[in-house]
Amino acid sequence: MMAVFVALFILCSFTIDGFLSAANMEGLTLAVSTIGIVACTMLFCLASGDFDLSVGSVLACSGVLSALVTVTTGSVVIGALAGVCIGGLVGLFNGIVIAFFRINALITTLATMQIVRGLALLFADGKSIFVPNPRFCALGTGNIAGVPVPVLILVVFFIFFGLLLGRTVFGRNTLAIGGNKEAAHLAGIRVRFYKIMIFSMQGVVAGFAGVILASRMEIGDPKVGVSFELQVISACVLGGVSLTGGVGSMIYVVSGVLIMGTVENAMNLTNVPTFWQYVVRGGILLTAVLFDQFRQNPGALRNVLKSFKRKPQM
Amino acid sequence: MNEPQIEFRHVTKVFPGVRALEDVSFSVARGSIRGLVGENGAGKSTLLKILSGAYQPTEGEIHIGGKRRNYNNTLGAIASGVAVIYQELHLVPDLSVAENLFLGHLPHHSGILKSRELYAKARDLLAQLGEDINPRARVRRLPIAQRQMVEIAKALSRGANTIAFDEPTSSLSGREIQKLFEIIRGLKLQGKAVLYVTHRMEEIFELCDSVTVLRDGRHIETFEDMREVTQDILVNRMVGRNIENIFNYHARERGEAALEVTGIAGKGLSKPATFKVHKGEILGIFGLVGAGRTELLKLIYGAVPPDEGTVRLLGRNIIFRHPRQAIRHGVMLCPEDRKAEGIFPVRSVMENLNISARRKNGFLIYEKWEQYNAEKRVEDFNIRTPSLKQLILNLSGGNQQKVILGRWLSENVKVILLDEPTRGIDIGAKSEIYSIMYRLAKEGIAIVMVSSDLPEALGVCDRLMVMRDGEISGYLERGEFDSQKAMNLALPVQRNEGVA
Repeated sequence: MMAVFVALFILCSFTIDGFLSAANMEGLTLAVSTIGIVACTMLFCLASGDFDLSVGSVLACSGVLSALVTVTTGSVVIGALAGVCIGGLVGLFNGIVIAFFRINALITTLATMQIVRGLALLFADGKSIFVPNPRFCALGTGNIAGVPVPVLILVVFFIFFGLLLGRTVFGRNTLAIGGNKEAAHLAGIRVRFYKIMIFSMQGVVAGFAGVILASRMEIGDPKVGVSFELQVISACVLGGVSLTGGVGSMIYVVSGVLIMGTVENAMNLTNVPTFWQYVVRGGILLTAVLFDQFRQNPGALRNVLKSFKRKPQM
Repeated sequence: MNEPQIEFRHVTKVFPGVRALEDVSFSVARGSIRGLVGENGAGKSTLLKILSGAYQPTEGEIHIGGKRRNYNNTLGAIASGVAVIYQELHLVPDLSVAENLFLGHLPHHSGILKSRELYAKARDLLAQLGEDINPRARVRRLPIAQRQMVEIAKALSRGANTIAFDEPTSSLSGREIQKLFEIIRGLKLQGKAVLYVTHRMEEIFELCDSVTVLRDGRHIETFEDMREVTQDILVNRMVGRNIENIFNYHARERGEAALEVTGIAGKGLSKPATFKVHKGEILGIFGLVGAGRTELLKLIYGAVPPDEGTVRLLGRNIIFRHPRQAIRHGVMLCPEDRKAEGIFPVRSVMENLNISARRKNGFLIYEKWEQYNAEKRVEDFNIRTPSLKQLILNLSGGNQQKVILGRWLSENVKVILLDEPTRGIDIGAKSEIYSIMYRLAKEGIAIVMVSSDLPEALGVCDRLMVMRDGEISGYLERGEFDSQKAMNLALPVQRNEGVA
C-alpha cells in the first residue's frame, strides 16, 4: 500500500498544479493529522480484534470540555488535561464493559458514541465554545521549524505506537489476542487487562486529538467529528489492517492515512464537487480492500470470476 | 457386482507443506457399504472434504453415477447427489427440525413459506427412517443421536445417492449405534452407495461389505470380501509397522511427588478430584469425550478458576487463578484443540514459539534472543518449517504441535499438562512427540497426558487414571495395564447394555 501511495503522490505532483507547494503540503498533512493520531490507537483496537466507534464523539466532547475548562479556570494546562481525562474515562469505561461484561465492542462503543455525543452537547448547551486565549491555540496552530505542531505530534505518534505494536511485548500480545483469544488466555496473557488498556489508550489519544482540534479551530464544537470513527477505520483498512484482528503494522496505517489525505487534497485542488467526493472516497476504499485481498490470495480472484461464469453443475 | 456409484481416479491433494492425498484411486458400488479406515492424518477427512466439494483435488477426477463431476463447492456436490455426514453436525440449532431438513429448498409460494406442506413432508421423511421426531422441535433440544437422524433425513430429502459418514458413532450409545446401523443397511437396500469412515474396527466387520485402507495419503489396499480380512491385517495395513515400535516405551525412575491435587472442584467435574503425579512420571488420563478430563486440566492450570481444592507443587501450596500464575510457577498446559486454543494462526513460527517466554531489552523486545530461542527449539524438536517467518497455519498438525510444546519449554518447566497431544497428527510425528515426552520425563519433569486413544495411553504412560462422568473412576499401574479394564472404568454404567 505504501507503493500505491508513492505512485499516487508522484502522479498528483505531475498532474496537479500547486500540489507540491509548501502551503499545500502543510494543508494536506494538517488535514490528516487528527485522523492519523486517532488511527494509531485504532490500530491496536483492530489488531486485538475489536474496534471503537466512540472516538468521533470523544473528539467533540474533549474539545468542548477543554474549551470550557480553559475559559472558566483560565488555565490552558488544566483545560487540556480535562479533555484528555474525559477521553481516558470513556475508554476505560468501554474497556471494562467489553472485558468484564463481555458485551460486543460494536454494541458497547455504539452506545458510548451516542452517550458521549449527548454529553458534549449538554456541556456546551448545543453551542460552540469560543476560547479567546492565544495560548490555547498554540498547540494546534503553532509550528516548530516551519512544521505545524499537530503534524509533529502525528509523526511522534506514528513512531511511538509503531514501535509499541511491532517491537514490544505489549504489541505482540495485542496481536496474539486478535489472532486467537483463547490461545492467548491459555498462553498466560491477561486478555481482560489488555482489552482495558487498549480501549483506555484509545480514549486518551482520542481525547488528546480532540484538544488539538479544538485548539486549531479555537473553538470547542460539540458537533465536530460526526462519522469521524468511520474515517479512522477506513484509513486503517485502506492501508491493509485486517478487521478480523491479528494482523497489522503501523506502516499500513501510515500509508492508509496518507492515501486518504492525498486523494482528498487532490479532489479539492481539482474542484471535484463535494457530493462526488463521497462517491470517490467510498469507491477507493472498496477498491483498495479488494485489491489487497486478491494480492494476498491470487486464487480468490479466479474463483470469483469462475463463479460468475458458470452455474454449479446439476 | 453392481456398477460403481463413486469413483476416485488418481486423486491428489496438496496443501502448503503437506501432501494430504497422493494418487488415490478406488470405487464404491451402488447398494454397498464401504468402510474407509486409516490412522489420523491418513487422508480420510481430506478425501471426504473433496467428495463434499469443500476442497478441490489438486490432480485427479471424481466420477459419480458414471459421470465426471467437477464441482468446486458444496452446492455442486449436493446437486450431484452426494451427502457427507460429519462428526460435527451441520445443522442450524435454533431452527426447527423441518426447517433444517429443507434448508435451501424450503417449499414456498412466491417466496411465502408453505408451512403446512413443510411439516407434512418432514413428518413423512422422518417416518421413512422410522424416527419419531417432532418436526417442529428446535434442533438444539434434540439429543445428538436424533440430530444425526435429522442430518441423514436431510441428505435423503435432497435425493442423495452417495452418502458418506465420518465417524458417526463417536458420541452414540450402544443402542443408538444399532439403530444407526439399521438405517444404514436400509440405505444400502435402496441402492445407495455408502462410504463409512471409522476408527472402530468392530464396526467395520459388523457393517461393511468391503473396506479400503489409507495410509499417509495413499491408497494401500481395498478388501472386496470381508471374509479375506482380519482385524490384525487391517491394523497392520493402517500402521504399516508394528505398533509396539511407535510407542517405544522404556521404564523411568519415579521421583518425589511433583504435583499433588487435593479435592479440586469446579466447572465440568461432578466430584472433587484428588490425585498426584511424580517427577519423571507420565500419568495418563483416559476417558470418553465429556468425562471431565479437559476440565480437570483447565482447573489445575487456572484457565477456569476452581471453586475449591488445593494444588501442591513441589511441596508448596498454590492455587492458580490465571494461566499466567501457573506458567510463572512452571506448570504448562498444551490445549486439546490446537486450532482454537493453541496456535496463533496468522503469526509466524517464531512468534508462536516465543509468546509465553519473552525477553525484554528495556522497552523493546530482545529480538536476537527470540531468534536464538526459536532456532534452538526448531532444531531441538525437529520442527519442519521452511523458515522461522513462516505462518504457523501452513505447517502440518504434527509440526504445529511441536511448536506449541516448544513454546513452553523455553521456561523453567516442572509440570506439563498435555491434552490430547497427538490428536489429528500423523504417525511419524506422534512417535516424535512421544520421544520428546520421554526425554522431558527423564529430565525430571512430571507429565500428565489426557488421551482418548487407548492404545496410546497404554503404550506411553507409566500409570493410567481413568475418568467417567466428571469424576475419577480408577487407576491402573503399568504392570496391570489392560484395555478391557480401562474401558470398563471409562464407560458410563448405563452404556454397557447393548454394546455390540
